[in-house]
Amino acid sequence: MASFPAILQSEWTKIRSVRSTIWTLALTFVVTLGLGALLSLLTKNNFQEFAGDGPFDATSTSLSGIGLGELAIIVFGVLAVGNEYSSGLIRVSLAAVPQRGTLLTGKAVVLGALALAVSTVTVFVTFFVGQALLGEHSTGLGEPNVLRAVLGAAAYLTMLCLFSAGVTAMLHNQTLALGILVPFFFLLSPILSAVPKVKTVAHYFPDYAGRRMLLVYGESGQPYGAGAGFLICLAWTLAALAGGALVLKKRDA
Amino acid sequence: MIELHQLTKRYGSKLAVDGLSFQVPQGVVTGFLGPNGAGKSTTMRMILDLDRPTSGRVTIDGKRYGQLAEPLKKIGALLEAKAVHPGRSAYDHLLWLAQSNRIPRSRVDEVLALVGLHPVAKKRAKGFSLGMGQRLGIASALLGDPEILMFDEPVNGLDPEGILWIRNLMKGLASEGRTIFVSSHLMSEMALTADHLVVIGRGRLLADLSMAEFIKQNSRSAARIRTPHVQLLLDALHGAGLRAEPVGDGSYEVEDGDLVRLGELAAQHHITLHELSQQQASLEEAFMQMTADSVEYQAGADRPAPGAPPAWGAGWQQDHGPQDGAAAPGPASQAPAQAQAQATAQAAPQGGEEN
Repeated sequence: MASFPAILQSEWTKIRSVRSTIWTLALTFVVTLGLGALLSLLTKNNFQEFAGDGPFDATSTSLSGIGLGELAIIVFGVLAVGNEYSSGLIRVSLAAVPQRGTLLTGKAVVLGALALAVSTVTVFVTFFVGQALLGEHSTGLGEPNVLRAVLGAAAYLTMLCLFSAGVTAMLHNQTLALGILVPFFFLLSPILSAVPKVKTVAHYFPDYAGRRMLLVYGESGQPYGAGAGFLICLAWTLAALAGGALVLKKRDA
Repeated sequence: MIELHQLTKRYGSKLAVDGLSFQVPQGVVTGFLGPNGAGKSTTMRMILDLDRPTSGRVTIDGKRYGQLAEPLKKIGALLEAKAVHPGRSAYDHLLWLAQSNRIPRSRVDEVLALVGLHPVAKKRAKGFSLGMGQRLGIASALLGDPEILMFDEPVNGLDPEGILWIRNLMKGLASEGRTIFVSSHLMSEMALTADHLVVIGRGRLLADLSMAEFIKQNSRSAARIRTPHVQLLLDALHGAGLRAEPVGDGSYEVEDGDLVRLGELAAQHHITLHELSQQQASLEEAFMQMTADSVEYQAGADRPAPGAPPAWGAGWQQDHGPQDGAAAPGPASQAPAQAQAQATAQAAPQGGEEN
């Protein structure tokens, strides 16, 4: 068997040596922070209009840039796996490491670790900047459920990245993967979650489930809480990766 | 040693490789020949466990490729020239490959120098020419200092300088005692480099023999004579116990004819000669004839009817008369119908690609 630390080192070299990694991850940070800061500022200045019925959730307000920032980390996950297929590189990779399951596991570990590190930095910076801008409406990490929500946001971004990587491995085509994942997360899932009856299904999609983790106070009418949301999102992620491994193993490269 | 046992690959209803069994002998260059679409690349992908055989098996020193712990140290392969991320540098490409098989980093610089890519090692592969891509592919194959090397159509699309470089590289690697398995659809290229030949067509084994054997079996020479006094010549030849065959363009060929003797014979009988030349059949023709029935994609639809002389290597046929027309140029006229030079002299590639 190939040495697993050697595979991790090799996959790390692969990921750090292409520019798309830096661009997509930097974009995740900038968009999440920028949009979060903007929405925090707008909320503070128009607090009376924005405030709803329930208690004000300063944490999720500051993190609301994730809705767009997640696009960049999805693209990162897709490209990290998909560029192997677009260039025929997958045959070189598999000739070097013929144990296909081990190869994909190594890739997922490196990808996940990097996504988690970048997401964690992003959400904490975004949270603190957002709280500073919210002024008197701000909250602190010591308040109930706030730290859980911030860490949940990092977990959410990481899982979305790995989910996208798994889907790309299943489709073995990055253009197709982007063509399916982006419309799914930005059109289909939000629209379906608003349609009566259909939304009971849409509420089990990975993004809806994962976003439960970001809320300090549960929304009225949501079917489950943050813990269940984490597990559902995790299940999607693991299923996508397992599916990707299965396709990689079965298919001619 | 690479061993194939009844290796078969089926894509839907199409048999790409059909019960292929042969061994790649150790320490020599083995040429893997076949027309485009014969199944060469598929076979090579199955050797590397990239494509899974429908049935049969292939082993490397008794093990399946997937059972090799660090395969790059055992067998290095060049399958496609541009299988590299366009945004990654040549150095980083070789580095991740080396790391995956625990090959020291210093080896990356060594192979870069070996293939002459050192000056562009840190440049992104996007700007690489086909020749540079091919060199990078060869550097990857050599990275683990493997005893077995496999190259799929390494000279395809290269300029003459690149072709010469690859040819010399393969000879050098073979002289170090390495096993080299190289595919090509050009017999002329193989005649220059290979010691052993494996020929396939439509996924089936057509020949498995040494290059010397192949040349012995297929090299035939004839003297060509052209004269305005045909009947006089034929009588004179008949008198000397020689048999001449009409070629079709008005000239005649005497098998294994000695030019000196024929010239003197003509002089004795006061026969004017317009041509007296040595004809050597090229190995390319012999190869084409061997694979004529298994050519996957022929240019033009008019394949010769059964009984008619085969189009490929038609110059070989002994028993077709002048009525057959001008030596049947054949559906794909890139093939010289008449051999004018020895195979060894025609190293120039004829375009064509196999994916």
